[in-house]
Amino acid sequence: MLDRSTHEDPPPTEAAPDTRQVKFRGAGFVPSAGRRSGWIALLLAIGLWQLAAGAALVNPLFLPPPTAIARAIYQLAISGALWQHLSYSVMRIGLGWMLGTAAGIAVGFAIGLSSLARSVGITFISALFPIPKIALLPLLILWLGIGEEPKIATIALGVFFSTAISVYSGVDSVPRNLIRMAQSFNVPFPIIVRRVIWPGALPSILAGFRITASVALLLVVSAEMIGAEYGIGAFVLQAGNLMQTDQLLAGVVILSLFGLAVGRLINWLETRLLHWR
Amino acid sequence: MDLIADHISHRFGALDVLDNVSFTVRSGEVVAIVGPSGCGKSTLLSILGGLLQPRAGAAELRGAPPADSLNPLTFVFQDFALLPWCTVEANVEFPLLHTGLAVTDRRALVDDALRRTGLTDFRGTYPKQLSGGMRQRVGIARALAVKPAILLMDEPLSALDSQTRELLMEDFVRLLADGAMGAVYVTHNLEEAIRLADRIVVLSRRPGRVREVVPIAMTRGERGAIDARGKLLALQNELWSLIREEAIDAEREVQHA
Repeated sequence: MLDRSTHEDPPPTEAAPDTRQVKFRGAGFVPSAGRRSGWIALLLAIGLWQLAAGAALVNPLFLPPPTAIARAIYQLAISGALWQHLSYSVMRIGLGWMLGTAAGIAVGFAIGLSSLARSVGITFISALFPIPKIALLPLLILWLGIGEEPKIATIALGVFFSTAISVYSGVDSVPRNLIRMAQSFNVPFPIIVRRVIWPGALPSILAGFRITASVALLLVVSAEMIGAEYGIGAFVLQAGNLMQTDQLLAGVVILSLFGLAVGRLINWLETRLLHWR
Repeated sequence: MDLIADHISHRFGALDVLDNVSFTVRSGEVVAIVGPSGCGKSTLLSILGGLLQPRAGAAELRGAPPADSLNPLTFVFQDFALLPWCTVEANVEFPLLHTGLAVTDRRALVDDALRRTGLTDFRGTYPKQLSGGMRQRVGIARALAVKPAILLMDEPLSALDSQTRELLMEDFVRLLADGAMGAVYVTHNLEEAIRLADRIVVLSRRPGRVREVVPIAMTRGERGAIDARGKLLALQNELWSLIREEAIDAEREVQHA
C-alpha cells in the first residue's frame, strides 16, 4: 500500500540564521529584438545627423542632411524621374531574378535527386560560383549586345548559383526518415518530390531567396553603373559625377527601401508557407 | 499472408550485421525481435519491409494479403516520421493519396483510423503541437488507414516516457486483439516483447543470428491478469539471461567505437 497520510511537506516556519535564497544564475543568452526600440534608434540617428548638419559640423556637399535627401526624393518623385529609373531597375531585377531562380531551382533539384546531375553539377557550380558575376558583364555584352539582355543575364547568373546551392542543400536536408516513410507506403517518386521533398526543402529555398534578392540588387546597381542610361545605379553614378550628393543619397535611400520591401515580401512568404514551423 | 525471413544476411561495408536469419511470421501472428544493441534488429525490419536489399537471402511473402489491404507491409516508425507541414488528418491521408480511391472513400478510411486511435478531436492539429505519445498515435493511425496485413514496428515506444508507453501498449494490445493484423515488433524492451508477442525471436550479438525463438503460451488477454505476472517475470528473466552477457559486450563495443 502507498502511504497517503502526508499530503505536503511544508518548509520550516522559522528560518534558520544561515538560510538564504538560491541565487538565480540563468539570466542572459536569450536575445530578443524589440521592434519599437529599433525604429527609435534609427530615428535618433537621423535626428543626430540632422542636428550635426544644422550645426555645420559636417560639410553638406559631402554629407547632406536628411531633410535635403527627403526633398530630393520628393522632387524626383514629382518630376517622374524616380519612377522612370526605378521601373528600369525593377524590370531588370524582376526578369533576372526570375530566370536565375527558375533555372537554379531546376538544377538544384536535379543535383539533389540525381546521382548523375550531382556528380556533374556540383563540380561546375564549385568552379563557377566564386567568379564575381559582374566580371562577366563585358563578355555578356559581347555575346548579347548592349541592350537589356546582358544586364538581365548578369543578374540571372548571380541568382542562379546561389539558388541552385540553397535548393540542393535544402533537398539534402529533408529528413531521410520522411522519404523512407513515403517509400514504405509505395508513394510514387513525383508525389514524394511534391509532397515531401519540396515542402521539406522550402525553408532552405526561402532562405536562399533572401540571399539572391540581395545579390540581384547588388548586381543591378553594378550593371547599371557600367552601362545604362536609366536605372537607380545609373542615376546614383550620374549624381556622384555631378557632385549632387543629395541626389546620390536619395538613390541610396531608394535602394535601401527597395531592399526592405523585398525583405518584407520574403517575410510574408515565409509566414504563409512555413506556418507549420 | 505470411512473412518469411529466408536466410537473410547483410553487411554494411566491412561490418557484418546479419548472418543467415530465418523465421516466419504467420498470418495474424505477432513476432517480437529482441537482442543486444547493434545486433541488426532494425536492419532486419527494413529488409523485411522492402526498404533495404539484403546481401544474401530474401524477405518473402506467402499467400495473398486481405483484399482490402492497400499496403500489406506497413511500418510504424520509432521517430514517428510525420510530415511537420501537414495536419494530423493530412498525415493520415498521405499514404492514401496515390491509391486512386475516391475522396469520400479516403475520408472514410481516415475518419475510421482517427477514431480507432482517439485522434478525431485533433485532426486539424500540427505534429509540433502534439506530445510524443500523440504523435506516435498519428503514426499508428496512418498505418491503420492503409489496412495493413502486417505491421512492422521499429521500437515504436522507445522515444516515449514510461506512462505514455504504457498507454500505447494498451492500444497495441487492443488493436492486435482480433488477430486480423499481424506484426513484427522490434524492441530492446523485454517487457514490451513479452506483453505483446506470440513468439519472440532472440538475436545474438552482431552479426545477428537467431539464437532462440521463444513462444509465449498465453493469450495477450491472460497476460494482463495479476496471477500471470509471476510467469511473465520468470520468462523475462529467462530472456534477459539469454542476452545479458552479449548486451554487456555490445555496450562495451559501442563505447569503444
